[in-house]
Amino acid sequence: MESKFYEKDKLLIFKITEEIDDHSVQKIRRRADYEIERFMPRKVIFDFDSVTFMDSAGIGLLVGRYKFANLLGAKLEVANLTQSVNKIFEMSGILKLIPVAGKE
Amino acid sequence: MNEQFENEMKLEFLSKSSNEAFARLTVAAFASQLDPTIEELADIKTAVSEAVTNCIIHGYENKIGIVKLSAKLYQNEIIIEITDNGKGIANIELAKEPLYTTKPNLERSGMGFTIMESFMDDINIESIVGVGTKVTMCKKIKKEETNQEQIEQMTSMP
Repeated sequence: MESKFYEKDKLLIFKITEEIDDHSVQKIRRRADYEIERFMPRKVIFDFDSVTFMDSAGIGLLVGRYKFANLLGAKLEVANLTQSVNKIFEMSGILKLIPVAGKE
Repeated sequence: MNEQFENEMKLEFLSKSSNEAFARLTVAAFASQLDPTIEELADIKTAVSEAVTNCIIHGYENKIGIVKLSAKLYQNEIIIEITDNGKGIANIELAKEPLYTTKPNLERSGMGFTIMESFMDDINIESIVGVGTKVTMCKKIKKEETNQEQIEQMTSMP
C-alpha cells in the first residue's frame, strides 16, 4: 500500500497495491490506522485502482476504517473500484455508507 | 468441438493465513483448463478464499491444523471441496445469514457464505461440532457462449 497526505486539503489517500484477503488486511489495517491518527486528515480516500483481488476481508477493512475515521472526525471515501471489487461492495451494501469519490 | 475433461487434484496445507492466496491461485490455475472467463475465474478465486479463510479463522481459530482441498473437473463444471477438522458449525443456517459473524471483533463482515452462494452455482455445507466442516461448491463454466463470443469477435476483426 502506498499513501500520500495533502496537507493543504487535509486529505489522506491510500492506494492499495496488494491483493486484499484476511492475511494482507492485517497489515493494511495497522498502517492505515497509524497514518489516520498521525495526520488527522479531514478526508480519507481508499484507491482500489491497483487491486487485482479482494474477498470479504475488504468489507471488514472498510467498515473498520469508516468507524475509526469517524471517531477522529474524518470522512471516508473509496475510489477507482474495479469490476470485481465493486461486485463485492455492492453485495454488502457498504456503498450506502461510504461514498465513491468523484461520483455525485 | 466440445472437449470433455475429467481431472482431479488434491491439496493439503497448514491453516496459515498466508496460504489463502496459495489455495485460490492453485485452484484458479487448475480451473483454467476449463477456459473460464476472467470474471468466472475471479468468482472461483473469491469463493475459495472465503472457504479457506473460514477454515483458518473459525474452524481452527488460528491454531495450526490441516486444510484439505480437492477439485474435480467434469465436463464444463468444477467441483471444489474444502475440509477442516476444526471446531465445526453449531447452526449452519445461522452461519449462512448475511452479516452474521461470531467474530465481529476481528472485523469479519459475515459475508463469506453469502459470497460463496452467489459466486458459485451450488454450495453444500456439512459440519459436525468438534469434528470439522466440509464445504462443497460447484460452478459451471459457460464454455459454449464464451467460444461463440470469441469467434464473433475474431471474425469481426479486420
